[in-house]
Amino acid sequence: MTQLPTATALYDIPGPQTRKRHLLYGIVSTVVILALVGWIIYLLFDTDQFTAEKWRPFQYKGIQELLLRGLGNTLKAFAYAAVLSLALGAVLAVGRLSVHRAVRWISTLLVEFFRAMPVLVMIFFIFVALKVQALPALVAGLTLYNGSVLAEVFRTGINSVDRGQREAAYALGMRKTQVTTFVLAPQAVRAMLPTIISQLVVALKDTSLGYLITYEEFLHAGKLIASNLDYDLPFIPVVMVISPIYIGMCMLLSWFATWVARRQRRNPRTEAVGVAPAESGKLLPGGQ
Amino acid sequence: MDVLTDNFSLYGKGFLGTVELTVYSSALALALGFLMASFRVAPVGSLRVLGTVWVTVLRNTPLTLLFFAVLLGLPRFGLVLPFQLFAVLALGCYTSAFICEVLRSGINTVPTGQGEAARSLGMTFGQTLSEVVLPQAFRSVIPPVGSTLIALAKNSAIAGAFSVTELLGTYRTLNELGYSIIWTFIWIAVGYLIITLTISALFNVMEKRWGVAR
Amino acid sequence: MLRTNSDRTGRRSTVLALCLLLAVLAAACGKEGSPPVKGPKAEALPVYQVDKGFELPESATWRKAERRGHLIVGAKEDQPYLGEKDPASGVYSGFDIEIARMMAASLGFEPKTIRFRTIASANRETALQNGQIDYYVGTYTINDMRKKLVGFAGPYYLAGQGLLVRTDENDIKGPQDLAGRTVCSAAGTTPYQRIAEEYPKAVLVAYDTYSVCVDNLLTYQVDAVTTDDAILLGFAAKAPDEMKVVGKSFSEEPYGIGVQRSDNALRFALDDALEANEKNGNWKKAFEATLGLSGVPAPTPPPIDRYPAN
Repeated sequence: MTQLPTATALYDIPGPQTRKRHLLYGIVSTVVILALVGWIIYLLFDTDQFTAEKWRPFQYKGIQELLLRGLGNTLKAFAYAAVLSLALGAVLAVGRLSVHRAVRWISTLLVEFFRAMPVLVMIFFIFVALKVQALPALVAGLTLYNGSVLAEVFRTGINSVDRGQREAAYALGMRKTQVTTFVLAPQAVRAMLPTIISQLVVALKDTSLGYLITYEEFLHAGKLIASNLDYDLPFIPVVMVISPIYIGMCMLLSWFATWVARRQRRNPRTEAVGVAPAESGKLLPGGQ
Repeated sequence: MDVLTDNFSLYGKGFLGTVELTVYSSALALALGFLMASFRVAPVGSLRVLGTVWVTVLRNTPLTLLFFAVLLGLPRFGLVLPFQLFAVLALGCYTSAFICEVLRSGINTVPTGQGEAARSLGMTFGQTLSEVVLPQAFRSVIPPVGSTLIALAKNSAIAGAFSVTELLGTYRTLNELGYSIIWTFIWIAVGYLIITLTISALFNVMEKRWGVAR
Repeated sequence: MLRTNSDRTGRRSTVLALCLLLAVLAAACGKEGSPPVKGPKAEALPVYQVDKGFELPESATWRKAERRGHLIVGAKEDQPYLGEKDPASGVYSGFDIEIARMMAASLGFEPKTIRFRTIASANRETALQNGQIDYYVGTYTINDMRKKLVGFAGPYYLAGQGLLVRTDENDIKGPQDLAGRTVCSAAGTTPYQRIAEEYPKAVLVAYDTYSVCVDNLLTYQVDAVTTDDAILLGFAAKAPDEMKVVGKSFSEEPYGIGVQRSDNALRFALDDALEANEKNGNWKKAFEATLGLSGVPAPTPPPIDRYPAN
C-alpha cells in the first residue's frame, strides 16, 4: 500500500528530499487518523455502548434466529430480483434491438422511464397504490429498475461486438435471431458479465429498501432489536453487528465482479469485444 | 387531478424539500469526494489508505442502512441536529464515495505526458495541477458527475420514506386525507422527473460549453 | 497500478468481512430462549372461557377459520403493552392482543391457537378486504372514511391524543405549551395534522414509526411525542423513570376491531362478545395487566356502536 501510485500525470518520481517530506506527511496524517479513530472509540465507551446489557440480547438463540431469518429473507428477495431482472433485461434489450419500430419505441420508453424513476417511488407505488404484499412489491420494484438498467447493458454489449462477427454470421446464411442468439449474445454476455454482476450488487444493496415497506428483512430484524426499550435500545451494537455482514456480502459480490473482469479479459473468447471493467458509477443505485 | 390543485402547497413544500436536500447533499458530496479523491492520489500512504477504505466501505453499504445508522446512531453520541441535516450527512457521505471514484478516474484519463511536459517547462506542482491536469480532468468528468448527482436526487427519496420533509413523504399525508393514491403518486413521479431532467439539462449545457469530444 | 492497489485492499477487506460473518455464524449457538423483557405477567392475565358450542355459519370469515382450525388476526408489533411482538420469541402481547384473544374464545377458538400477523397501518384495509386476516385489532380508530372500506366492531377503548415527555420536563403540561418546542409524531397521521393545524407554533418532526419518535425523545432530539394516549401510556409503562404522559387528551379516538365490510354477522358477534367480556370483568382485568401497569386505573369502556348493516 505504501508504494507510490505511478503513471499519473501528477508527480515525478520523488527524490530523496521529497521522500523524506512525504514520510513526515505520512507520520502526521497517520497520527491524525489514529487520533480520530481513538476519539470515536472513546465516544463509544463514553456513551456506554459496550455495556453487557446492550449486548446481552445477541447471546440468545431467539435473537440469532431472528437475525438469520432476516438475512434469509434478504437473500430470498435478492435471488428473485436478480433472476427476474436478468429476464426482464433480456426481453427489453431484444425489444430495443427489434426491427419493428413500435416494439423498439415501447421498449425504449419503458427503459427510459424506469431508469429515471427513483426505485423507492416505484416500490412504494406498487406497495401502497396497487396494494401488493411487501415481498412481491419489493421484488417488482427492484426488477423494473434493475431490468431496465440491465437491458441497456445487454444492448451495449451486443452493439460492441466486433462488426466482422455479425457480418460473417450473416454471410454464412444465418437469420437475425440466429445471429443474435448464437453469435452476438454469448460474446456480449461474456464481455458484460462484470457490469452485470456489479448491477446485481445494486440489487442486493437495494433489498434493504424492503425495510421501509415493512418487509421482514435483515435491517428490519435489526430495527426490532434496536428499538426495544427492554433491551436498553442497543442501536449502536445492532449497527455494529449488521453492517459488517451487509457490507461483507456486497464486497464479496463486487470483488467477484472484478475477478470475473480480469478472467474474461484473458479469455480468448472475448477477443472480438472489449470487456467492461467492473468499475465506478455502476455500483451506484440510480447511476446510469 | 384535483390532488395537485388542492394540495399545491403540500406538494410545493415536498418538492422544495427534495431540491434543498439534493443541493446541500450535492455540495457535501462534491467537497468530500474531491477531498477523498485527492487523498487517493496523494503521495502519502496513510491518506491513500483512508481514501480507499472510505470509498470501499461506503460503496458497499446499502443507503438505507446508512440512513438508519446516521439517523438513529449518531444521536446516541449526544449529537442533536434536525432531521434534514442528518439526511444531508448520510446522502452526502454516501455519494461522495462515488464522486471520488469519478474524479479519480478523471485524473487518470489525463495522459502522463501532459504532466511531464508541464514539469519540464518548469511549472510548479500547483501550476501543473491547476493549469494542466485539472482542466483536462474536469472536462472528462462532467457527464459522470452529472449522472451521479441525478442518482443522488433519486436516492433522496429514501429520506422521504423516513420522514415527510421530502416529495415522496407527501404521499402519507395525502393518503390519510383520502385522495386518489394513484394520482398522488403520478404527481410525485412528475416532481422527480422535473428535478432529474433539470440536472441532466444543466450538465448537458456544461458539457457543450466545456466538454471534450473524445 | 492504482487499480491493483485498490483491488488488493478490496480483497483484504473482503477476507476480513468473511471472517466476521463466520464469527457471527459460529456464535449462533447461544443461550436458549429469549432475553428478559418487561411485559404483561402471564399469571396476571385473565383466562378466557372458550365457547365450545359457538356457531356462526352466516359469516364467511368464521366458516373459513373453522375449516382452517384457527384464526388469523392482524396486529401491530411495535406498541408496548398494546400490540408488541417479542423480537426473540415472536410472541405477541398487550391490551389489543388480549382483546383479540377474548374475541377468539367467544367465537369458539382456543386463544392459544391464534396466528398473529403484523400488518402495517397503510395495509390494514387491503389485508381485511383480501381476507388475509380474519379481523384486525391494533389501535384502529373508527371513522367514517374507513367505514366505507371495512366494518368496525366496538369501540372497545376510547383513546385521545396526548403528549409523552421526559420525566425531567416540567414546562410542557399540554398542547398549549408546545410553542417553539419540537414535537414528534408519525408522518401523515391524524395527530400530526392536528398539531400542525391547531398549534402551528410547535416545531413538528415526523418519522415513519413511533418507536423512532420515542428514541428521539430519549436522545433529546425532540421534546415531546404526540399520538393517542394509549400508545404513549404503553411506552411510559416500559420506562417509567424516563418518560411520562402529561395533560388531558385533546381528541377522541374510538378503537374498533376491523372486519371485512360485508361480514355483518361477524361484526355483530364481536359486538356481543365485547359486551359480554366487559360485563364479566375480563376487559378490566386485561387492561390492568397491560396498560394499567403505567399507573392508570381502568376506565369504563365506551358504549358499543352497533351501527346497522349496510
